[in-house]
Amino acid sequence: MLELRSITAGYERRAPVVRDASLTLAPGTSLGLLGPSGCGKSTLARVAALLHRPDAGTVTVDGQRATGWRHRAPRAQRTAIGVVFQQPRLSADPRLRLSELIAEPLRATGRRSDLTAHVGELARTVGLTGELLGRRPHEVSDGQLQRACLARALVLRPRWLVCDEMTAMLDASTTAALVAVVEEYRREHGAGLLAVGHDRVLLERWCDRTVRWTEITGAG
Amino acid sequence: MADTTTGPVTAAAPVTREPATTKPVWRSHGRTRRSTRTVRVRTSAALVAVVALAVLVVPLLAPLDQQAVDLARKLQPPSLAHPFGTDDVGRDLLLRCVYGLRVSLLVGLVAALVATVIGTAVGAAAAAFGGWTDRIVMRLVDTFSSVPHLLLGIFIVAMFRPGVWPVIVSVALTHWLSTARIVRSEVLSLRARPYIDAAISGGASRRRVIRRHLLPGVMPQAGLAAVLMVPHAMWHESALSFLGLGLPSHQASLGNLVQTARGSLLAGDWWPTLFPGLFLIVPTLALAGLAGAWRERINPRRRSELML
Repeated sequence: MLELRSITAGYERRAPVVRDASLTLAPGTSLGLLGPSGCGKSTLARVAALLHRPDAGTVTVDGQRATGWRHRAPRAQRTAIGVVFQQPRLSADPRLRLSELIAEPLRATGRRSDLTAHVGELARTVGLTGELLGRRPHEVSDGQLQRACLARALVLRPRWLVCDEMTAMLDASTTAALVAVVEEYRREHGAGLLAVGHDRVLLERWCDRTVRWTEITGAG
Repeated sequence: MADTTTGPVTAAAPVTREPATTKPVWRSHGRTRRSTRTVRVRTSAALVAVVALAVLVVPLLAPLDQQAVDLARKLQPPSLAHPFGTDDVGRDLLLRCVYGLRVSLLVGLVAALVATVIGTAVGAAAAAFGGWTDRIVMRLVDTFSSVPHLLLGIFIVAMFRPGVWPVIVSVALTHWLSTARIVRSEVLSLRARPYIDAAISGGASRRRVIRRHLLPGVMPQAGLAAVLMVPHAMWHESALSFLGLGLPSHQASLGNLVQTARGSLLAGDWWPTLFPGLFLIVPTLALAGLAGAWRERINPRRRSELML
């Protein structure tokens, strides 16, 4: 289970962006979270991925309560959750080639043994071909870069996926392709998905269950 | 930057004129601007190359006895035998200028390098650790910055016997502050990027984030700060020597040369001041020009603000 209970979070203590939000995600299921722009859903996604320390509330990952955030979270706990962000441009280190970008989590966790084969296979899955893998982020399109970012999020085979407006910057065909990749991965590995977005039609088709922002927060 | 469309290029000027007739009018402005910049960069690069060659090759061809005195030839104006003339104890000024430039460049380069390493380490550490570490370190930087750094440099250099190393230490220890500030603000802005979040989520340790993502990101800024610091450090070395606190007075250094020339200048002998002065100003301006061009390349928005 990935469980967020009574989360209050933000960037200034006196004015939290998220107030008293709770949601529960069972393994292998998918949950769409709908909310207007600026409501705090990205902040909640970062809390769920252990990247932002909430002011109050608890996050429980696979029965283990999170006590540290960012670097202070145990490595096994934070790598259990793969994240894809909204803007591929900002979420890719501009100095790394796409192949290095995808392989980076493997290097960072000291799993270099099956690096090349694994990265190549994953790149094929997300639809990146050999020549593109040698390019740097500024030499590829947003869609191609987001494919690499998705591959990076999947490379450690996380049990949970947090997609924060993953397809907001992309055209319809790339959106369809990336959603298909996520669904394929989930079928194969039984991973749970939290998809955050503002596109009701997309999320309702994509996810088992869709909730509105107001339904999960204290305000609702 | 490379204008190679018209075949082999020997000089910058003809290339800019020829296509002007065939190109639309609105391009001419851009091309003129680019070509003046190219000329500036090429002149600077050529000057730096000449200087580098001179300080490397001349000492091999013409050894200099720093203390040899020839009073029979004292204060001779420039001639064929002594193109820059001689000083008040009959030493050849051309040779002393080249040797002086060599020492100043050495001091400038080493001091700038050391200062950049210190500044980068302090700035990156302050930003990466944040919180109290950041506050304390940056208040210390502010405190050091509040003391005029020539004064601080004099204080440091006065603790040692005159020599090259005390000057390097003094210049390095007083020049890392601005680099620390630049690197800190750069790391702070990089640290907030989503790709750092992605790295953390991918299991990267704090050390790996700093080494793999943050430091490479500040390298262009730190490198630029280092190059811009070289002329500054050279001026500083000369200032210390001019005040009699830097290198021992018999050793040819640009500051020392200007210092000993002061007396003869009042007597109307212009060459012992002019040539060392030019040797200080021209190479440092050339270096600053190159650094400015580099800055324009890595940050094109600053193109309108000129260097220095």
